[in-house]
Amino acid sequence: MASSSSIASKGSLDIAGEMEVEAFRRLFPHRYYEHYLAQSVRPDARPLNHARETTIALGPVTSVDGSALVKIGESTMLAAIKLEVMTPAADLPDKGCLAVDFYMPPVCSPTVRPGRPAEIAPVISKKLQDVIVSSGMINFEELSLISGKAAWMAYLDIYCLNADGSLFDAALLSAVAAFSHLKVPLVSVNDNGRVTTVPGELLESKSELELVNKERRKLSFKSIPFSLTCLLHNKYILADPTAEEEDIMDTLVTVVVDSIGQLVSLYKAGGMVLANTSTVKDCVALAKRRAAELQNILLESLSEMEVD
Amino acid sequence: MGTMEVDRGDGRTPNQMRPLACSRNILNRAHGSSRWSQGNTIVLAAVYGPKAGTRKGENPEVASIEVIWKPKTGQIGKQEKEYEIILKRTLRSICLLTIHPNTTTSIILQVVGDDGALLPCAINASCAALVDAGIPLKHLAVAICCGLTETGSLILDPTKIEEQKLQAFACLVFPNSPISVIPKVSSSAEEPFEHGIITSVTHGAMPVHDYFNCLERGRAACSKISEFLRRSLQSDSSNDTSKAR
Repeated sequence: MASSSSIASKGSLDIAGEMEVEAFRRLFPHRYYEHYLAQSVRPDARPLNHARETTIALGPVTSVDGSALVKIGESTMLAAIKLEVMTPAADLPDKGCLAVDFYMPPVCSPTVRPGRPAEIAPVISKKLQDVIVSSGMINFEELSLISGKAAWMAYLDIYCLNADGSLFDAALLSAVAAFSHLKVPLVSVNDNGRVTTVPGELLESKSELELVNKERRKLSFKSIPFSLTCLLHNKYILADPTAEEEDIMDTLVTVVVDSIGQLVSLYKAGGMVLANTSTVKDCVALAKRRAAELQNILLESLSEMEVD
Repeated sequence: MGTMEVDRGDGRTPNQMRPLACSRNILNRAHGSSRWSQGNTIVLAAVYGPKAGTRKGENPEVASIEVIWKPKTGQIGKQEKEYEIILKRTLRSICLLTIHPNTTTSIILQVVGDDGALLPCAINASCAALVDAGIPLKHLAVAICCGLTETGSLILDPTKIEEQKLQAFACLVFPNSPISVIPKVSSSAEEPFEHGIITSVTHGAMPVHDYFNCLERGRAACSKISEFLRRSLQSDSSNDTSKAR
């Protein structure tokens, strides 16, 4: 009870001294957080500008062409990419296509009920599509097979398994990781003139198949976008907030920067705190630092894959 | 930057907005309504409320804001859902939510014409409609779209055709400049209140310094829009009494 009595000594509320810390946390969340923030620390022992521990596991789903499981703290995202052959649009004959879907099943959070989809889910999938396309990470011409005839349609599906704040950051990281794990399958043209994918085991037996592409290759990226969500509260900037922090303090700024230092997105939708120029500069600086950190984590998990 | 001229389809200078027009109190059943146009981008906003009760899952201790977006044609998709969320959060931050706890205020936006800068136009329209409905507000919000062209110059309030050619654009929302006497906070070295960003939505990759240039241009333009909004709100507040509530 040492900490609760020290809270009481600061505040004026009499009952606080007799209250359990957990109860105080739920009943007076703002004062609970103020007490921590004044000491430049958060309840989970992080400094204000530190993100949670992040892990990337590549290839957890074997039935798709690329997949990744990402954890940022307790926020968990599973991303999978499936490539299908399609006829490209008439006005873009040399380009493939990307369709992003973001799912929040009821397991991920107590606020999502079955039958009523989370209202934030379509918004996150729209933002993901925008960021992935506008960052220029994917060269869509690489997804072309035969000009005007066949191209790849990439279906990117992201499942949120545990929603504990900073959902967009985790979703974007899982998408990026899944793309760097993606290997484009082999395709051939069959007798009817249709383009079909060749499963790996058929490759040795039917070597007479006319292959369109020579080997299973990875995509090359011009730049990779990384995202950091910052929470603004009074004069404090909290990086990578948890769900509890997002609930209590509602001003979020999501900054996406890419590996060549461009600003891909700066998203702030309302909130009680107005962001002034210096705050925005601080958030961008934090995002750049975080991007370097995430790039290292991604490279590490990719090199671990090579070893296996 | 002044010497760098950009050819705009409609002969505007880079810093020139399209003509603004705002009319209020145009729907007879709504508690507040407005029609805001920036050139050919026109949005009609209607406000109903405060109505008793909040939706399940909303905090009943404060007023709840509901935004319904109606596109010009077709059904609503992800884009419209995103607009709804951005508007809802933006308007929540300017409303005094504690005055009418456990009520819901609905803002319905009907797109009449989309010729670029649709989201800023909708934010301006809903702000005027909220004033028309007499919903208690902390301050007004004014929105602007600022675009970065392929050649690296900035243009304000792009049309649809310009928007498609832009490398990147930012929709920015700022509070209006207050004219009332507010006790000065001791930290006068900080930026003025109206420079604080309420909402920022960007599309496309751009160098970081260009974003800050966008902020600067956006603020200058928003102070003009803010003046226009205040003038138009004051001018027809005199004949506001005709409406049955």
